Amino acid sequence: MTTSPFPPLADAGLWRTTRTFSKWSQRLIVGLFGLFALVSVLTTFGIVITLVVDAAGFFNEVSLFTFLTDTRWTPLFVDPQFGIFVLVSGTLMTTAIAISVALPLGLLAAICLSEYASPGIRKWLKPALEILAGVPSVVYGYFALLLVTPALRAIIPGLSPFNALSAGLVLGISILPLVASLSEDAIYAVPDSLRQGSYGLGATKRETIVNVVLPAALSGIVSSFILAISRAVGETMIVTIAAGLNPTLTLNPTVPIATMTAFIVQVSLGDAPAGSLAFKTIYAVGLSLFLITLTLNILSYWVVRRYRQKYE
Amino acid sequence: MNSNPPNSQNTNTLFDTRLKTRYRWDTAFQTLSWIAVILSIVVLAVLLIDVFFDGLPRLDWKLLTSFPSRRPEDAGLKSALVGTIWLMILTAIITFPIGVGAGIFLEEFSAENTFTKIIEVNINNLAAVPSIIYGLLGLQVFVRLLSPMTGGRSVLAGALTLSLLILPIVIVATREALKAVPDSLRQAGLALGATKWQVVREQIFPLALPGILTGTILALSRAIGETAPLITLGALTFIAFLPSLSLEGLQTPFTALPIQIFNWVSRPQEEFHTVAAAGIIVLMVVLLAMNGTAIFLRNKFQK
Repeated sequence: MTTSPFPPLADAGLWRTTRTFSKWSQRLIVGLFGLFALVSVLTTFGIVITLVVDAAGFFNEVSLFTFLTDTRWTPLFVDPQFGIFVLVSGTLMTTAIAISVALPLGLLAAICLSEYASPGIRKWLKPALEILAGVPSVVYGYFALLLVTPALRAIIPGLSPFNALSAGLVLGISILPLVASLSEDAIYAVPDSLRQGSYGLGATKRETIVNVVLPAALSGIVSSFILAISRAVGETMIVTIAAGLNPTLTLNPTVPIATMTAFIVQVSLGDAPAGSLAFKTIYAVGLSLFLITLTLNILSYWVVRRYRQKYE
Repeated sequence: MNSNPPNSQNTNTLFDTRLKTRYRWDTAFQTLSWIAVILSIVVLAVLLIDVFFDGLPRLDWKLLTSFPSRRPEDAGLKSALVGTIWLMILTAIITFPIGVGAGIFLEEFSAENTFTKIIEVNINNLAAVPSIIYGLLGLQVFVRLLSPMTGGRSVLAGALTLSLLILPIVIVATREALKAVPDSLRQAGLALGATKWQVVREQIFPLALPGILTGTILALSRAIGETAPLITLGALTFIAFLPSLSLEGLQTPFTALPIQIFNWVSRPQEEFHTVAAAGIIVLMVVLLAMNGTAIFLRNKFQK
């Protein structure tokens, strides 16, 4: 009896030169996965088409000129007025308050994490930031309405229970982890040789950071800023819950206002029948919102391409 | 000239080091940056701790086992919790194959041409579109156009909308994970006579799987925290039943944790705010568990 020195190969069946089958199964899979990749393109088309079609129905009834120049927004009244600028100004105000909190704090935090914090602390703070960036916006809305507004009312007596100030502040806190995390990536990616070179020329650490590291990371920092602004413009729940649903053309952050996103939610909460003017209005507002964020995205893309410094 | 010792007065005008002042600025700058970090963390910690103590009195078994109610003391989030679990599972089932497939296609099979370039730019753009816009898309496509299939404002329509929302994130995560697998493995597989697909299936994909799973879990945790797109779909309704575990169950109306929290926050009665805080604790626990799993996976398999 002869015994083979080797145990029988369990996987011997794998060795079959079935090239035709392999090639066809690959073609099938590549085709299928290619279709999956097309889903993302279809999504974009879907967004553009739904927004444009329903917004076109809206602009059949309301002229574009009125839409852009009217100074009142009362689409649900008997005598409706459609001045999108009122909603845009609400969005601009909350966004401006938010970025005046998030950009300086976020950038300083990013500098601290990348340049000053020890690796041990950085290892803990970085995931913590990522988790904070994942806190749902409805939770921030709760904070704004029930914690920040009452606290601010103790300081500012005339503050309305719904106001742009606390919504904007909490909006800023909510986008802060995003700014810090993305800017930190950009700053951390600056090669050490640049810092060494600057130290070698006699610069102090702060001078090195401000004059060498930050300019080198500028494109990444600016694009993180733009992304944060775009996020603040599109943020919905915080402003819906805490800023009120009262479209007002004002520069006063202590009174209730309405943003573009909050208006869409307001109409969605009531059951506007499909095809009604109120229903088409949310698509006109949605289209404006989409165009604003798209412009910001293109801007960010352009900044990165134009100003990116490449190091080995 | 060279023999002269350096004149201290001269060097000061030409090469003014002012080290003391500069170091003082350095310290100030460093302190400021630490204040920024500590302030951010403290503010967020205060908010989270405060909501925890707000919600603690209502955080009990009854909260998890009762349906929503007009009376705050009876209100619970049974239907919302079940709805969130439904959404999570459905979204995962829809997103995982499509997102991973698209990621594999773009990373492993597609040539560098205009078509893939367009898809790439497009995915980056989609990731930055506000979530409420996806709600408007879902309302028109899934709730109205495909209503025979989805049953209108159903849990299926919600899951499809959320899937489109997180698809770009899953695709990008898949590509990053595949990129991290060294090319030598691909070349070794190809040299042994395997087809590209065999190499990807047998060698590359298993190695990239932990990274892909991490990205998918993070994307899912984003999806279940989303409120705006679901509200736009018209999901803010009073739901006091659970969807049946069947195909018809997919077509029933639903509610979810963030929607229920929003509903309670926007009521004037203070008792409802307490229930909302308790709901937030539940939502945060779910999210932390998901994030924890993702971070655990990343640390375990990171090399």
